[in-house]
Amino acid sequence: MNLFFLVWNYLKSKPLNTGLNIFLLALGIAVITVLLLFNNQLQEKIASNARGIDLVVGAKGSPLQLILCNIFHIDFPTGNIKISEAEKIAKHRLVKKAIPLALGDSYNGYRIVGTYKDYADMYKATLASGDWWKNDLEVTLGSTVAALSGLKIGDAFSSAHGLTSEGHAHEENRYRVVGIMNKSNTVIDNLILTNIESIWRVHEEHHDSIRISPVVHPSSIVRSVEMGDSLKEVTSLLILYRNPLAVMQLPRFINSNSNLQAASPAFETARLFSILGVGVEVLRGFAFVLIFISGLSIFIALYNSLKERQYDLAIMRSMGASRAKLFVAIIMEGSALTILGSLFGLALGHGVLWIFTILVVESQKAGVTATVFYPAEGYIFGGSIVLGIVCSLIPAVQAYRTDIHKVLAGN
Amino acid sequence: MITIEGLTYSYNTEKKISFRDIIIPQGEHWLLLGESGSGKTTLLHLLGGLLKSQQGKVIVHGTDITRLSESGLDRFRGQYFGFIFQKNHLINALSVKNNLLMAPFLAGLKQDEQRVDEVLEQLDLRERKDARVQELSHGQAQRVAIARAVLNKPSVILADEPTSALDDKNCNRVIELLLQASSQNNATLIVATHDQRLKSKIKNQLIL
Repeated sequence: MNLFFLVWNYLKSKPLNTGLNIFLLALGIAVITVLLLFNNQLQEKIASNARGIDLVVGAKGSPLQLILCNIFHIDFPTGNIKISEAEKIAKHRLVKKAIPLALGDSYNGYRIVGTYKDYADMYKATLASGDWWKNDLEVTLGSTVAALSGLKIGDAFSSAHGLTSEGHAHEENRYRVVGIMNKSNTVIDNLILTNIESIWRVHEEHHDSIRISPVVHPSSIVRSVEMGDSLKEVTSLLILYRNPLAVMQLPRFINSNSNLQAASPAFETARLFSILGVGVEVLRGFAFVLIFISGLSIFIALYNSLKERQYDLAIMRSMGASRAKLFVAIIMEGSALTILGSLFGLALGHGVLWIFTILVVESQKAGVTATVFYPAEGYIFGGSIVLGIVCSLIPAVQAYRTDIHKVLAGN
Repeated sequence: MITIEGLTYSYNTEKKISFRDIIIPQGEHWLLLGESGSGKTTLLHLLGGLLKSQQGKVIVHGTDITRLSESGLDRFRGQYFGFIFQKNHLINALSVKNNLLMAPFLAGLKQDEQRVDEVLEQLDLRERKDARVQELSHGQAQRVAIARAVLNKPSVILADEPTSALDDKNCNRVIELLLQASSQNNATLIVATHDQRLKSKIKNQLIL
C-alpha cells in the first residue's frame, strides 16, 4: 500500500468518470499535437525549400502562384517567358546567379523539371546511383519519385501534360532514367530532373525537331540557343542576389521594366502562412476549449467525489494520516488524470498523423512524418501537470480542512 | 492506561460539557452509556484525539494528548488507537486486504501481510481477503472494520455505537469479537453506546 496505489485504486473504482476525463483531455492535447507537428514540419520544409532562392521571376500573374509553382511545385505555371526577356534579367549587375526552369509535364503526378545541374546543387542533392542527366530525354529521379513510382535506372516512360497522370500523354518521346538522387528532404525528392531541351523536344511533337544549325553566341540562359532568341521560352528564373542591395532594387526593376513579375519566396510564404494561420488559430482555439472543459470536468469530478469520500478522508485521518498526506493524495489524483490524458493525447496526436501520412500520399510528398518529436511536446506534458494541480487545488484544500470529528460523529 | 482530568468541552459559548475524572487501567473493557446527545461521542473523540478539548487533560500512556500538535496527534492516533464506528467506513475503492493495509501505511508502520492473514483468520474472514468491499455482507463488513482497528495492535480500541445497526445475532457476534480481539491484543476497549444489549457483556460502565 502506498499513495500511488491508493490514488490509482480511486481512479480505477470510477472507470467511466476517469475514462471520460482522460479522453476529453487527450482529445484537446491530440489536436494541439497534430497542429504542432504539422505546422512545424511544414514550416521547416518551406524554409528548406526556399533556402538560397532570393527571387522567382516568371510570367505575370499571381505572385503566390509563381512561388507555389516554381519553388514548391504544387501549382501550375503562370505562363512562359521568352529567352530574350530572361537574358535581360540574368545579366543585371545585382544578379549573382539565374537558374532557368522549364515546367509543364509530369509523370504519375511527379513534375518533370527542365533545368541545369545548378538547380540540384542548390539543394545539395547527391546521386544515390547512376548519373546526372546529360543528353536530351535523360532524367535523374528524386528519391521519393524513385521509391514510389518503382522506376529504375534504364527504365523509360512517357510524360503527361500538366501535373496529373490524366493529362495528355506525350507518347512520341520517351524519357530514360539515368540516375537516382539521395534523399535530401527537400522538394527535389519529388521531382524528375532533365534538361530544358528535352522539355521543348517533347512539346514540339509534330513540328520539326530542334534546329541543327550550330550556335554562334550561346544564350546565357539556355546554351543551345542563340543569344537574344525570341521564340524559345522557359517558365521561370530562380534568382540569387549578388548583394543585399538587390532586395530593394531588383524586384522593383523587374516589375516595372518588363512584362515579367518577380516574387520573393520569403514574402509570399509568410503571406501564405498568415492566410493558413487563421484556420490553425481556430483549431488551436478549439483545442484549448477542449482542454479547459476537461480541466473543469476533472475539477468537478474531484469536487463531487470528495463529498462521497469525506468518510474515507476522516477514517484515514483517524488511522494516522496527516492533513498534508490527504492534500497530496488529492493533488496526485488530479495530476494523474492530466498526466495520463496528456500522454494519451500525445500518442493519439502522433497516431492520427501517422494514419494520415499512410492514407494521404500527398503528405508524404510534403515530407510530413509522425515520428518526429519536438521540445514543445515536453511543454505540453509539463503544462498538463500544472493543469492537474490547478484543477485539484480547491478539492485538495477541502480535503485538508475536513473536520474529522464532525464527519465521524455524523452531524 | 488512560487518565482523564478536569476535561471540559464547549460546543459553543452556551453549551458546555464537563466529564468526571476517570482512570482506566490498560487492558480493561469499558462501556460508555448514555442517551443520544449526552456527550458519548464527544468524549470518545476527545479520548481518541479526533477532537481537541479546550480544558483538562487526557493522558494516554503518559502522553497528554491535548498538548500534541495537529500532526503529532495524527501520528499518535495511528500508533496507539484503533477506531470502530457505527458504519464500517471501509474504503470502497480498495479490496479487503488493502483496506487492512491502510492501517499500517497511514500510521507509518511496517506493512505485514502475515499480520493481515492472522487478523483475518481471527475474525473468520480468511476467504474474503481479496473481495471487494461492495461484495461483503453487512456483518462481514463490520468484522473487516474490526480487523482494521486491531491490525496495528493498538493499545486502545475506541468503538462508537458498533452494534446499534445490527440485529441481535450480529450484535452478539460483533461484541464477542471485539472483546476477543482486544483481549488477544491486550488492548483497552472503550465502547460508547446506548445499546442496552451490551450492558450484560461489559461490567465496567460509565454512565453519562
